[in-house]
Formats: sequence, C-alpha cells, structure tokens
Amino acid sequence: MEYFVQQLINGLTLGSIYGLIAIGYTMVFGIIGMVNFAHGDVFMISAFIALILLILLTQFLGVTSIGLALLIVLVAGMFLTALWSWVIERIAYRPLAGSFRLAPLISAIGMAIFLLNFVQVTQGPRNKASPSILNNVMTIPMGNGSVTISERQALIFIVTAILLLAFWAIVQKTKLGRAQRACEQDRRMAALLGINVDRTISLTFVIGGALASVAGLMFMSYYGVVSFSDGFTPGVKAFTAAVLGGIGSLPGAVIGGLLIGLIETMWSAYFSIDYKDVAAFSILAIVLIFMPSGLLGRPDVEKV
Amino acid sequence: MDTTDGGTPVSDGALPSPRFPIEDALRSAGLWALVTLGLCFPIVAFETLQDFSNRLTIEARPLLVLFAVAAVFAGRLGWLAVRYHGLPQLLPATRFELTPERKKQLPRIGLAALLIFPFFALLLTGQGGAVKWIDNFGVQILIYVMLAWGLNIVVGLAGLLDLGYVAFYAVGAYAYALIATYVIPATVPGLGPWAFWICLPIAGILAAFWGILLGFPVLRLRGDYLAIVTLAFGEIIRLVLINWVEVTNGNAGIRTPYITFFGLPFSSRTGETTFGDVFALPGSPAVHRSMFLYYTILALALLVAVATQRLRRLPIGRAWEAMREDEIACRSLGINTVNTKLTAFAIGAMFGGLAGAFFGARQGFVNPRSFEFMESATILAIVVLGGMGSLVGVAIAAVAVIGGIELLRELSFLKQIFGPEFDPGQYRMLIFGLAMVLMMIWRPRGLVGARQPTIALDGNAKAISASHVKEGHG
Repeated sequence: MEYFVQQLINGLTLGSIYGLIAIGYTMVFGIIGMVNFAHGDVFMISAFIALILLILLTQFLGVTSIGLALLIVLVAGMFLTALWSWVIERIAYRPLAGSFRLAPLISAIGMAIFLLNFVQVTQGPRNKASPSILNNVMTIPMGNGSVTISERQALIFIVTAILLLAFWAIVQKTKLGRAQRACEQDRRMAALLGINVDRTISLTFVIGGALASVAGLMFMSYYGVVSFSDGFTPGVKAFTAAVLGGIGSLPGAVIGGLLIGLIETMWSAYFSIDYKDVAAFSILAIVLIFMPSGLLGRPDVEKV
Repeated sequence: MDTTDGGTPVSDGALPSPRFPIEDALRSAGLWALVTLGLCFPIVAFETLQDFSNRLTIEARPLLVLFAVAAVFAGRLGWLAVRYHGLPQLLPATRFELTPERKKQLPRIGLAALLIFPFFALLLTGQGGAVKWIDNFGVQILIYVMLAWGLNIVVGLAGLLDLGYVAFYAVGAYAYALIATYVIPATVPGLGPWAFWICLPIAGILAAFWGILLGFPVLRLRGDYLAIVTLAFGEIIRLVLINWVEVTNGNAGIRTPYITFFGLPFSSRTGETTFGDVFALPGSPAVHRSMFLYYTILALALLVAVATQRLRRLPIGRAWEAMREDEIACRSLGINTVNTKLTAFAIGAMFGGLAGAFFGARQGFVNPRSFEFMESATILAIVVLGGMGSLVGVAIAAVAVIGGIELLRELSFLKQIFGPEFDPGQYRMLIFGLAMVLMMIWRPRGLVGARQPTIALDGNAKAISASHVKEGHG
C-alpha cells in the first residue's frame, strides 16, 4: 500500500511536468492547428537555461539562499524561454501561414533538429549533472512503512498549482484570454472583429514557452541531470498527454499530463522499466486511433 | 522578424525613394541584435563544464556572443539594404527553367552519370581514395534515394504522411541480420555466402507485412494525427529492438556477413577464393566490394523508380493520386480506400525493407542507433524538398541533402581557422535543420513544384502548379 502511494506521489510529480509542457502543445494546436514539434526542444533549452542560471547565481554571484536563487531562475528562465518560443514562431511558423498543410510540420521538425544540435554544439554532448538542491525529505508514516515526499516534489506540486491557477485566470478573465479563445473558435471571424490574430498567436507561443520553462527547471532539479537529447521523449509524452486529454482543451492537457505521469510511473514500478517509453508511445497510438478527440476534446467533424 | 521592417521593397510602378532609410534599418537591425543577445545570454554566453572535482561549473564566452550579435546586426542591415535596392534578382534567376525536351532527357543524363560514376571516381582518386567516394558518397546517397523514392509512394503519391518510415528500414536490416547470422547457419550452413540474396526478398516481404500490420490501425487517421501515430510506431519498433536483448542483442547490435558477389566473397580471412581472384582483377577487395555495392543499390533504387512509374499508370496508382487529392470524393466514387491505403503502406514499406537488408549487408553490422527518428525526418525532408511525387526532384534532393551532409565532414580545413577543437561534423545537423526551415519558407513545394497529371482527357496534359493541389489532407 505505501509502495503504491509512493508511486502515486512520484507519478503525479512527473505528471505535473508533462502537464506544463502539454499546455504548450494544446494551445498551439487549438489556435493554429499545427503540432509544434519543436516544443519539446524548447523545453530542453529551458532546462539548460535554468541549469546555467542556477550555477551562475549560486557559484558566482553569491546568492546563498536557495529559495531566492530558484525564484530568480524561475522568472528569468520564463522570460528567456518565452523569447526563444517567440522567435521560433516568427522565423519558422509565421511565414508559412497560408502555405500548404505539411509545411509548418516540416518546418517544425527542422526547427527541432536545429535546436537539438544548437545545444549540442554550444554545450557539448555530455550529460550535465545539476547541483543537487532541496534534498530534504518529509517522511509520512503509513501502514507498516512510510511514504517520503522530497522538498523538490513538494515544490513542483505547489508551483504547478499556482501557475495553472494564474494561467487559468489569464485565459478566462483577461482580454488576451478572450482574444485567444476567439481565435481558437474562428480565426477569420476574430480578425474581422478587430482582434490582432498574429499578436494573439505570438502570445500563445510566449505563454507556452514560459510554462515549458517551468517544466524545464523542474525536470532539471527532479532528475538532477540534463542532456541535449532530453527534449524528444518528454516532448512526445507531453504531446501524448495533450492528445489523451483532448487536444485543444486546457484542463484536458493537465489531466492528460497527470495520467501519463501516473501510467509511466506505475508501469515502471509494477511491470518493466525498460519498456516504459514503449508504454507511452503505445498509449499515444491507441488514443489517437480509438478516441482521437481525447477525454475532454471536441469531436472533429469531417466537413465535405 | 519585427513589425517595423526598415526597408520597404521597391515594387513595380512605385517611385523608388531617393535615400535608403538608414535610421529605420538601423533600428530594425538593432532590435534583431538585441533579440540575439537575449537568445544567446545563457546558452551561448556560458559553457557548462565539469571541474577537477567533477562538479559542474561554467565558463564565460563573451567573444562568441559579441560575434553572434554583430553578425546578426550586420546581416540584417545588409539584407535590408540589398532588399531596398532591389539588387538580388538572384533568387528568381537561379530558378532554372528547362524546356520540355530537356526535361525528358534529364533522367537519361542522370542515369548515364550514375552508371559511370564509380569508374570516374576510381580514375580521379585512385585505389586509395575511391572507396571513400564510392561508398561514403555514392552508396550512401543511393540508399537515401531508394528510401526517399519508397517513401515517395506513401507520401507523394498516396498523400499519407508517414513519420515512422525508418521502422521498415529497421525491419529489413534486422530481418537480414537475424536470418543471416542465426537462421541460415543453424539450418543450411552451405547457403552462408548466399545470405544476402536469400534475405533480400524475405526482408521485402516481411517489411510489407509490417506495413500492412501498422497500416490497419491508422486507416481512419489523417494529416498530423497520422504523422504522429506513425512516429509512435517507429519509436516503438526501435525501443523494442533496444530492449529485446535476447534476440536483437540490444544496443550492442549484431555483426552480419558482408555482401557477396552471388556467393563469391570479396575478401576472405580463411583463404577462400575471392571475387578478385576469380576474375583476376587488379586493385583491393575494398574497391571491388564498394563498386559492387554501388551497382547493387543502383539497381535496387532503379527498381523502385520503375515500379513507381508503372504503378502510376495502373488503377491502383491512379487511386493513390485520387486519394491524395480528395479522399472523400474518392470514397464517394466507389474506390476502396482501405485497400488503396494498405497497398501504399505495403509497397512503400517493402522498398524500405529491401533498402534495410542492403544496409545490413553493406555495414556488416546493425544496431538500433541507425534507426532513430532523425532518419525518418531526413527521408521525409528529402521527399518534401524534392517536391512530393517527383522522382527526379526527390533524387536531386537526396544528392543535395546527403551529399551536403557528407561534404560537411570534409571541411577539415576549417580547423585551421577555428582551432583544432573545431569539429565541422557537429554542424552538419545544425545546418540541415536550419535548411529545412528555410526551404519551407522559400519553396514549400520543393524543387519540382509542378507536376504532370498522369492522365488527361485531350491527351495534352498541362502541368498543374502544386499550389492547386492539397496533399496532406488524406
């Protein structure tokens, strides 16, 4: 029992990370109908940005409070990653609006390849072990054993929850959120009603990048190691989460992320750790084949 | 990038303003430079290194950032100036237009060039250098030509976007590896030298079978979803190859026998008669083998080309192209889209499997690292860059992409400029990724963007500009 609860906690931690990345996929798909293939690599870059900033702050600028350092890394990382995401949209996707349908997908694949190799060239191909932070664990007795939650995990839960609430407020309550939902429903009509569609799309990428950067920071501190090739698999898993939750649906992305995190953890815990990625990819295929509209998505109507 | 683009392009009829708006241009370039600075700040400005106690630390690289920012600033300014003065009619001018007669000759000229290429390479570079040119360039490029032509059937003709094509390549390679190293020695060891020629058809059939198997579940999917599911299948097959160690030996891979000249080995450690002995040929066995590999893959690739040409004239080929253009109309007209899709998957996969078996026999070694997603992306990029559906365009794109990637390995002279630690090989995929993006912006329809309809009512078929058709919806 306590083993199960422990896995539950681990799974939800991982799921929070996937959920944050998945929002980026689902928002972009909702608004311009493309799979932003480079999003996983934006997440990877953000992990590197977080790692470098953390070392810069703690080793060279003499920030001794780890909490303050993490806060600065979080905010600065969000800005810098959002900048990457914004530039990528401007360079690789916006010129292709109105081009044939495969063009953005292929451009996105090209961008993903570029980002992956860019980081490999600038930071080297080795795995980077991050300084270990927030190692204290809380032990909660349960049954005849105990369950542990590390500070890292607690932090991941809290930050994810706060960010999701803030993000939810932006989408539901602000003018930007309204514009975004309008563009999602009908881009042309939104443009006719005076919404700056290009700007809204840009902001969607910016928000997606910022959330991915939080996921990157968490990934870096949770696993304690980052590598230039870390973008692809978490990216595909987060995309799976977005599809599972119903692509285009924001709560769906979060629920999907948590589910994928749980499934992956439980699979590793009870079946086989070697095949955990196979499980994730199989879920992706099964969901797309049998319930392409996901848990909370709108069914896709085929127009003639 | 920014909305306040400095230079306005001179359009026909508009009076060119007398002065280049230098302030706007400077502002724009400054903004670009600022953005570059932001992008460079942590990733380029600091390198993460392990110090002597194995702790991660960072090292500043301010010069590199300065250089990047200055390059972007100058580049943007130059681009604006050039665009303002309307100078580069360069791009449209390089778009070569061939007369129809020339176009018809193109494949023949290309074929002749391909046939004499190995002898040409041998003549120019001698025994020592020829292997590199024939094997690293010729054979490598032709493998990708074959794969791209195979994928072209699925993507270019049938309009089914497949991001997991490398799975069938892997099936072919592993079929060869497993049969040649385990099955044949265990059952009829006498057939050992013939392994490749026995496995080739088996690999093709197995891959076609897998094509149907993986095609069944995705029949209902279209566009991006189809792409993602095929990607998932490709990754599943690769992950199984890595993890199923008892059969595939995991990441360590399998040693496979090399290709033979219909049973005659090219080199032998045990002193058997070799190809060179029998035909009393001069030169090293490595040259003989690479030339034989070259002509084998050339024949296999041409097989795909001929099959594609023929299939396009058959009802099934017409159905593929109809399905690409409009699947719903196709179904309404009574075409069985299930069979149409499955045959496209199966035939495309079969050619991938044949190429895979060849790959196994050429390398003498297979492991899952050869079948990563990057390979699928590369093959798809070749098909798209070449102009989907066009055999010549795809072949040219394969030469450009793979030849370009291989050529970047040769840039060792850059080491003298940037210091001995500079490895040009690292930049291959960086440039490749960027080129993919730029190509989509510049010519999203690929090199050969218009195509001839296979059939027309009055017998003189007009080329359809590719912007009028819509593949990717099917």
